[in-house]
Amino acid sequence: MSDIKKGASTVLSAHQLSKQVSSPEGTLTILSDVSFDIQRGESVAVVGPSGAGKSTLLALLAGLDLPSSGHVRLNETNLSELNEDGRARMRAESVGFVFQSFHLVPSLNALENVMLPLELAGNRDARAIAREIIEKVGLGDRWSHYAAQLSGGEKQRVAIARAFAADPAVLFADEPTGNLDARTGANILDLMFELNQNSSTTLVLVSHDTVLAERCDRILSLDVGKLVSDTRTAA
Amino acid sequence: MKALVYAFRSFGRELRSGEVLVLLAAVVLAVGALTAVGFLTDRIGKAVARQANEVLAADLRLRSQEPIPESWRELAGNHGLRTADIVSFPTVVYAGDNNALSTVLAVNGAYPLRGQLRIADELFGEQRAADGIPPPGEVWVDGSLLARVGAHVGDLLGVGSSQLRVSAVVTYRPDQSIGFASLAPTLLMNEADVAASGLIGVGSRVRYALLIAGDEDAVSDFNDAVKDQLPDSLRLRSAEESSERAFAAADRAQKFLSLTAVISVLLSAVAVAMSARRFAHRRMDPVALMKSLGATQNFVMVVALVQLTLVGLIGVVVGSAFGFGAEALLSWILADIIQGDLPEPGLGPVLLGSGSAMVLLLGFALPSLIQLRNTPPLRVLRHDAMPPPPSRLLVGGLSLAAVAALLYRSVGDPKMLVIVLGGIIVIAAALYLVGRMLVASLGYFRSGVGVAWRYGLANVARRGRASAVQVVAFGLGLTVLLLLTLVRTDLLESWRRTLDENAPNHFLINIQTHEIESVTDIFVSRDVPAPEFNPLVRARMTLINGESVKERTYPEPDAKWFVNREQNLSWAAELGDSNELVGGEWWPENYSGPPLVSIEEEVSLETGIKVGDVIRFEVAGQEVDATVASVRKINWDSFKPNFFLVLSPGALDGFPTTYIASMRVASQDRPVLVDLVRAHPTISVIDLESILSQIRGIIEKASLAVQAVFVFTLAAGIAVLFAAVQSTIDERRFESALLRALGARKTVVFAGVMAEFAALGLAAGILASAGASVLAALVATRLFDLPYTFNPMVWVAGMVAGVFVVCVSGYFAARSAINSAPIDVLRGAKA
Repeated sequence: MSDIKKGASTVLSAHQLSKQVSSPEGTLTILSDVSFDIQRGESVAVVGPSGAGKSTLLALLAGLDLPSSGHVRLNETNLSELNEDGRARMRAESVGFVFQSFHLVPSLNALENVMLPLELAGNRDARAIAREIIEKVGLGDRWSHYAAQLSGGEKQRVAIARAFAADPAVLFADEPTGNLDARTGANILDLMFELNQNSSTTLVLVSHDTVLAERCDRILSLDVGKLVSDTRTAA
Repeated sequence: MKALVYAFRSFGRELRSGEVLVLLAAVVLAVGALTAVGFLTDRIGKAVARQANEVLAADLRLRSQEPIPESWRELAGNHGLRTADIVSFPTVVYAGDNNALSTVLAVNGAYPLRGQLRIADELFGEQRAADGIPPPGEVWVDGSLLARVGAHVGDLLGVGSSQLRVSAVVTYRPDQSIGFASLAPTLLMNEADVAASGLIGVGSRVRYALLIAGDEDAVSDFNDAVKDQLPDSLRLRSAEESSERAFAAADRAQKFLSLTAVISVLLSAVAVAMSARRFAHRRMDPVALMKSLGATQNFVMVVALVQLTLVGLIGVVVGSAFGFGAEALLSWILADIIQGDLPEPGLGPVLLGSGSAMVLLLGFALPSLIQLRNTPPLRVLRHDAMPPPPSRLLVGGLSLAAVAALLYRSVGDPKMLVIVLGGIIVIAAALYLVGRMLVASLGYFRSGVGVAWRYGLANVARRGRASAVQVVAFGLGLTVLLLLTLVRTDLLESWRRTLDENAPNHFLINIQTHEIESVTDIFVSRDVPAPEFNPLVRARMTLINGESVKERTYPEPDAKWFVNREQNLSWAAELGDSNELVGGEWWPENYSGPPLVSIEEEVSLETGIKVGDVIRFEVAGQEVDATVASVRKINWDSFKPNFFLVLSPGALDGFPTTYIASMRVASQDRPVLVDLVRAHPTISVIDLESILSQIRGIIEKASLAVQAVFVFTLAAGIAVLFAAVQSTIDERRFESALLRALGARKTVVFAGVMAEFAALGLAAGILASAGASVLAALVATRLFDLPYTFNPMVWVAGMVAGVFVVCVSGYFAARSAINSAPIDVLRGAKA
């Protein structure tokens, strides 16, 4: 990857990001002047205590929300310059998600959940691709089960399959093991990193789990809305 | 395209998962109620129209004093209509040495085209439906004709140069009220015998009628085709003008059924809006997820619209089947009472139901789905991120437009639309305001009650706006339910009053002044109440304010016919009890001044004759000028003899006068009528019983339909309550689990929920009682022309019903929440 020029290999960049919200007590600053670049294929952990602004940063990076000032560039596109549908298209093409509380569509079975982003991107082979990837996450025999019939770990496997299905440029994971026990969590992480290595996907993880963070290439530490450190790990 | 494919595919999954079922159930109910009501009113309407047509013995009747040209018969034939002829003329009928004047009706095969002749084998004997018309050589005659000539069934009567055998007594002719004032009793003969009798020649007073009947559309086409090209010698009558009473009743029935349909539509609309809100709310998470995965707003919108259409289609199919089944069941249950003669329903109600379902969904479900489109994708990270509420203008505009469209289609009457719509908007606004006040004031009671009540009242107060909206919903449902009860009772009561069991069932006509005493004696000797006598003087109108009636122009074309015909004048010292003065003044007691006349309201409107005008009558070759002193409205439903023109006492003194009388004769007293006609052969007895039972039949059917329809409206009302509770079910489930996790017993949770429903129900009940009273008064007086009396029981009923209905429905709807296990708190997180 070192042979790729910096400009071309930057997939995601935050430039002086700030986010304020109004509350009964006045304006509340959640993020303040956060800047960084993330390279293609990198795995990055965003860490920090509760209220540090991790989830807000994730929402801004994925274009789920807009910053009060500053901007996010995803694949060279300034997200602030797109309208909601433009950002949605961007997500369909380039972004995958894994959530702490899984967010499977309860009315769809496991396979249909995995097919969802493929169908949204207009992929005609949605079913075949979904079948293949659901096999990869080890749920080949449970594809017809609904969310209510799956355990927490199984739900997260479906969510991961769904996130990788459309082969996104960036995969965002918000506390992916937060609702799982230690052992299941470890299995899920193994799966995620394995899929990450087999694809060119960039991984952005939000977590307060330091063990998880250590498995990433790079750790961004937030505290009270500010980026306090940006370190490369031994991994 | 992508969205279309996704919408279809995911709809199947949505259906399997049950998420969409709540909304679907609301639509099915709406369509079911609408089509069932539609089918029923359609069939009842047809039955009423058909029965009303009996009065003409046809759908249309062409009359002339000359033979009706063959071309009219051909024209009717070309329209696919059936025809029959009547030739009528007066003649003297002989039986041995006795003779009497009779009106001969010579009819041919198909007569009567509507309704049925009823005959008996002897005078006042058991009557039965006749099979066809008298065969050639035989006649069927009025009982009074037999009495006058002293003949019996089986005897020969001399009619012109023919001898015809009497084979039956006619007890009922569908069209017997036509030519009602003709004094001579009727003799019904076969047209084939006319020529042989030699009775029709130059100078005979013959009248011809062509009866026309057939398919509804064909009749109306024919009517449109001929009405402008009728020569003056031909007069066309349709059922409407010939049967005002039956149509007044039918009109009321249809108005009422429309009102009922409107209420079902409104309740369905509320249920659809509520369940659509819940449907949209439940879909917010998946939508946020899809948007986070890259779905555009358009995509969300197309998916929602396609799914909405699918819900509509399934709703229409299932609902129509449901409605049709319900109607079939009703008809089957009612078959004995309505003698199975309801015409087959048309497909119209299905179209109405389908159209209405789509309008309902667009007007009431769309705003929620538009809101869904704006769901922030951020919701996948922050569960409290909500889309901005839909614009009030959009919600209000769409729903108002939808309601107006639906109401107008069902009511077809702008006046009623405005009254009902206006009333409902006013009540909804008042309910909402008072709902907010109630919610605010409940806080004051919280410190003084136990834990369950505090929890219940706290719930009402905490949900603030939502509670007020629920009060509005409950209140609106209750208002229409109460309104329906009130108006229904008023209407049926009024019908019963106007057609009560003591209404006269016989008319006596052609009584001479010297016969009054003797007639009274016959009744008294048999212990039967004697009739009241009304004088009748024949006259013609010649001038109005000095202008010839023939040259004068009139507001309504029908007036020409009225002013030119022979008038039946009466006089009275006092205003009759079935009359109401609507203009001018009644003459004072013991008035003996120049002649005054009181005119009937409709006649006044049609002819333009008003108070102060002077009418000249020609009575037995002399002229009488009478000044119009008053205008009266007549309650024709009273079945008492009434006159369009009533003069002041003394105005007609000295002119040839006969009397008419009406009375009620119980079936066991019928022999008195035989005595009467034997002693006074020139008096004609007209049996109103058959006409009355005809009209009672119409009303019976109408009220049965109303009550059946009422059941559907009630179901729709309960559906609203269910939808309202359903919209808060997730919150309730979580709260119950939380309370129980904190150590509350099930009974405490139950009592708390019931306290909340009781408070909401009471508030809604009070408001609904007030609203329903006002609306009922408006509807009764403005629309149905019926007096409205304030009924305090409505308030008691409203409050009790409010608490009861809301608590019971609330219990069933919230049952699963009350029973939710404490462990559910821990499972708060969704899949």
